[in-house]
Amino acid sequence: VIGSRREVISGRVLLIVLMAVTVLPFVSLLTTALQPSGTYPSGLAWPAHPQWGNFTQAFEAAQMGRLLESSVLIVAGVVPVSVLIATMAGFAIGHLRMPGGRVVFLLFLLGLTLPFEGVITPLYYEVQGMGLLNTRWAIILPLIGLFMPFSVYWMRAHFVTAPGELTDAARTDGVNTWQLFWRIHVPLARPAISSLTILLFLWTWNQFLLAIVLVDDPTKRTMAGALGAFQGQWGTNIPLLCAGSLIILVPTLVVFLAFQRHFVVALLQGSLKG
Amino acid sequence: MLDLSPGRRPAAPGSAGSRRASRQKPRARRAGRARWAGWLFVAPALAMYGLFVLRPLGLTIQYSLYQWDGIGPSTWAGLGNYTTVFTDPALLAIIGNAFKLIVAFSVVPVLLGLAVAVVIRRISTSRLALTARTVLFLPQVIPLVAAGIAWSWLLSSTGVVNQFLSAIGLGGITRAWLGDFSTALPAVGLIGAWVLVGLCTVLLMSGMTKIDPSLYEAARIDGAGLWREFTAVTLPSIRQEIAVCVTVTVIAALASFDIVYISTQGGPGDATMVPGLEIYELAFSHRQVGLASALAVVLIVVVLACVLPIQRLARKGGAQ
Repeated sequence: VIGSRREVISGRVLLIVLMAVTVLPFVSLLTTALQPSGTYPSGLAWPAHPQWGNFTQAFEAAQMGRLLESSVLIVAGVVPVSVLIATMAGFAIGHLRMPGGRVVFLLFLLGLTLPFEGVITPLYYEVQGMGLLNTRWAIILPLIGLFMPFSVYWMRAHFVTAPGELTDAARTDGVNTWQLFWRIHVPLARPAISSLTILLFLWTWNQFLLAIVLVDDPTKRTMAGALGAFQGQWGTNIPLLCAGSLIILVPTLVVFLAFQRHFVVALLQGSLKG
Repeated sequence: MLDLSPGRRPAAPGSAGSRRASRQKPRARRAGRARWAGWLFVAPALAMYGLFVLRPLGLTIQYSLYQWDGIGPSTWAGLGNYTTVFTDPALLAIIGNAFKLIVAFSVVPVLLGLAVAVVIRRISTSRLALTARTVLFLPQVIPLVAAGIAWSWLLSSTGVVNQFLSAIGLGGITRAWLGDFSTALPAVGLIGAWVLVGLCTVLLMSGMTKIDPSLYEAARIDGAGLWREFTAVTLPSIRQEIAVCVTVTVIAALASFDIVYISTQGGPGDATMVPGLEIYELAFSHRQVGLASALAVVLIVVVLACVLPIQRLARKGGAQ
């Protein structure tokens, strides 16, 4: 019994140390962000006179309002469409088992491990050819395509296990394929769909490479992409940079804490399947 | 694989088995047509995938066979760009850096995650462990760019890391960790490890909670020590989770971009340059689209060559 108590205590200590190291960068960002703007602070120290005004200054300097709006527009352009067309494809491959579906599925699998850097160069010229460089479409359209391998894989995994009797019964009642999909199978797939939605939201919001390559104007980028530009512009003003970084973190953190349980489950499932 | 299937709710409107038999024939025909209708359902996803992944993938391969500055006419180069990738010491060193990052991004998080998960297995349902699950996930949720900025500051000459080292009497080794040729790459690795340790720990923890406790009892009765228990019961049971951790982290190491771009831009010199960033620089700064594309093809193949064997190993284990 004594042995196991010691185990429990050492487990707790280990966990607390690990949590402290995880939180450390955030704490450091906060204490630094509160130092007088333009100074070169050192180490971890709570400032004598916390400069909460740095946050307002960073908010204005980085045009946070417009960044937030841009990120929201991009997410709104990417996530619903991706989820819808991936669910349709997953349904066709996993449940309808269309002729040639296996080949199509393998084609999607091909893209599952593809690093975005592998196709970024031709994407640039392709988007340029479409006249979409420096617009939000330059991020939205390619991202939808790049998300397809994982999304289709994910939704297919759900529909493979969907009960076939339901379909048979519905067919007997003269339901057409679209109604079968929309009225019967989409409601059943809700847990898989909401996990996918969370993952795609996160990956879109945090997308960096596409943003910096395809869009020059930071106010038309994702939050992560804009942060890159902000660093270039304010890299020498450490307190302001830290304040800006924290502001940019807030939306994801808020969404994360609000949907905490869903997030952890989605990410766990997402990595287990991916 | 996790089972995602939702609770089976009766959603079919008025299903009547008795009516089925009489309508067997038309149903079969309709089902056949429905199967072909599947193509209509796949078409939008396939179109976007084809346009923004498969076509660029083909173009990458095509570009890699030419010499092109991105604007003017291109000239056929055959496999010349690949020869450059595999013979230029600078480019080989860059590919080597990606492999070195595997140690920090993959080996460290998986081993550390295993150790932590084993130690806290007993308290994995306590409130502390549940809080930890949330906290350890924070690095997964924030943009890597933000992690890069925070850590650049922690690792700077006046940052917290040096403050800590001085406090414990190691003031002699303090330096600008990301600016020093010998420590820059390990420092970048540290950032990646910070991002990925939480994910691995939580994944492995959740794997261990699914192990049947009677297996441990049986091992104890057989007189197995802690190490034997770990190798005979724990490891085989979480093989799938380990494979997932390794796969995700190896891809993160080989295809790293965001962290390096923000924290070092590949410097000092080429000390932390990785293939992902080099592709970006070659294509958009140095206007060597052909060489950038050859490196891109090599990166894609390297990732596949590393990930497929891991998957195969995991699957073979699962079939036992």
